[in-house]
Amino acid sequence: MEKTEIFVVGGGAAGMAAAIEAARAGAKVTVIDENERPGGQLFKQIHKFFGSGVHRAGTRGMQIGRDLLKEAREAGVKTRLNTVVYGIYPGKRLGLVCGDHTEELTSPIIILATGASENALAFPGWTLPGVMGAGATQTLININRVLPGRQALMVGAGNVGLIVTYQLLQAGGDVAAIVEALPYIGGYGVHASKVRRAGVSILTSHMVLRAEGNESVERAVIAQVDEKWQPVAGTEEVLEVDTICLAVGLSPLAELAWIAGCQFSYLPALGGWVPVHDENMESSLQGIYVAGDLAGIEEASTAMEEGRLAGLSAAEALGYLSHEVAETRKIEVQERLAALRIGSFGDGWAMAKKEFLRARCEK
Amino acid sequence: MKQVGKEEGVRTTGIPSKEELEASPGYPNREALERGPIVVIECVQDIPCNPCEMACPKGAIRIGNPITQLPVFYAERCDGCGRCIPICPGQAIFRVDITYAEDKATVSFPYEFLPMPKKGDMVQGVNRAGKTVCEAEVLRVQKPKKFAHTAVITVTVPKGLSMEVRSIKRNHESPFST
Ligand SMILES: Cc1cc2nc3c(=O)[nH]c(=O)nc-3n(C[C@H](O)[C@H](O)[C@H](O)COP(=O)(O)OP(=O)(O)OC[C@H]3O[C@@H](n4cnc5c(N)ncnc54)[C@H](O)[C@@H]3O)c2cc1C
Ligand code: SF4
Ligand code: SF4
Repeated sequence: MEKTEIFVVGGGAAGMAAAIEAARAGAKVTVIDENERPGGQLFKQIHKFFGSGVHRAGTRGMQIGRDLLKEAREAGVKTRLNTVVYGIYPGKRLGLVCGDHTEELTSPIIILATGASENALAFPGWTLPGVMGAGATQTLININRVLPGRQALMVGAGNVGLIVTYQLLQAGGDVAAIVEALPYIGGYGVHASKVRRAGVSILTSHMVLRAEGNESVERAVIAQVDEKWQPVAGTEEVLEVDTICLAVGLSPLAELAWIAGCQFSYLPALGGWVPVHDENMESSLQGIYVAGDLAGIEEASTAMEEGRLAGLSAAEALGYLSHEVAETRKIEVQERLAALRIGSFGDGWAMAKKEFLRARCEK
Repeated sequence: MKQVGKEEGVRTTGIPSKEELEASPGYPNREALERGPIVVIECVQDIPCNPCEMACPKGAIRIGNPITQLPVFYAERCDGCGRCIPICPGQAIFRVDITYAEDKATVSFPYEFLPMPKKGDMVQGVNRAGKTVCEAEVLRVQKPKKFAHTAVITVTVPKGLSMEVRSIKRNHESPFST
């Protein structure tokens, strides 16, 4: 069997884009993913994406996912599915669990693109069945086609909260309200406008106080909060809901990068602890690259571009691309990335990413 | 439940205010609307997005570089073809024809809920807050393949409500009711 030169851990937007670029340049690439099919979050994104029209904006996420898989096949990317990577050990050895056995594999270059995990929120009653992550809700309705309940409360008015609310309505559910502790809506106004037109109210400066019910959620108690996020007396309201979806942020799924010994930096704008990386997406460890949500929570479009950077850099490191060719290609990608990171929504990302480069220089 | 927030606008309520809309370069003026069917672009934040610009064959929408700039609408170039409506991921583009009839205007909007209404159905026109403001008749439901599952629905509304009605009430039966 041909020896794999690059193992990509995680077959989402970032991992697939990385694999495609590197394989097109000639590298032997294998993507490892724990799921039955690659694509990561993309297949549950049934909505049309933002971004540049040149880069498939206006196209639904799931279609972008299908196209990525096709491109990967054409580029000769191999996949190992239903396989979990449980650790990385010195000498770039990957520990794998596949079905009933474990395996150990190694390759000169490893690209980590493990994505993110959803943040939880603890409140009285939060362990009742019916309280779930908004991402889990999205998987239920869009992948498994199961509506988790008839009436939901959405906690969090970022893009994930707004989009999953809209998709719950599309799936035939109802959403009693979206509560947001901040005094403003964090997600895009146009997403908020969609759910408002569909009759869902967005209550800023509001929080969920508790969930009530015998066997599962039957009610949610919400209240207005002050600037210090303290409930304002007398503003409690009871909502008859059977589902409470938490859309309170994502954190990089960084365990493998920690095990590998990558250097980390705490950057709230990017979701918390993020492995430090340079403009080639190489971590503090030579030959270990990071991309996508793992390298800072952004969006699928930025995840793909970061993946491309990692793939091109890896192919260059293996000698499949000359320095000149790689640089030209990388500059194109970087320009697109920069364009995605401007404006009042993207500025935070751009600043946070610059922090990294500074951190690397000081090393 | 009431919306709380200091400044009322898209960032606090999810609804662009009249001031925000009128100040945005995507919002046509009255004179332009009086010439015939054209679109109204309700996209008031600097988000990284520009497929509307590429969708328009007439060059009536311009965003340019960087793509976070607001869409600028050149109403005189727009022939109301509606191509930009289904492609907008923000569902922020509507077509309004206030010249449709003496007392009636038409409003076209993107729609992605089932069941899909049919031509001739009487439906409830809703405003930007999802509140029913009038009865509306479905004039057209367009959903060709290239719209990629976003239908564009055109309804007739009382003329005075052409800048209020932006969708219709979702007519859904809960899958739980038996
Ligand atoms: C709930 C949710 C909703 C979102 N909604 C939107 C949206 O509407 N629009 C948008 O642009 N972006 C959205 N995003 C963001 C977007 O989906 C992500 O930014 C993008 O998918 C990141 O791609 P990725 O490749 O980094 O991660 P992912 O797509 O998450 O892919 C990571 C993959 O790695 C696998 N994996 C992780 N660890 C291991 C391991 N140890 N072994 C094997 N496999 C592993 C995972 O199972 C997964 O398949 C959303 C994200 C979430 C979580
Ligand atoms: S309706 Fe047609 S002509 Fe007018 S802006 Fe949209 S695409 Fe252009
Ligand atoms: S496509 Fe829609 S959301 Fe995107 S810039 Fe144009 S009007 Fe705004």
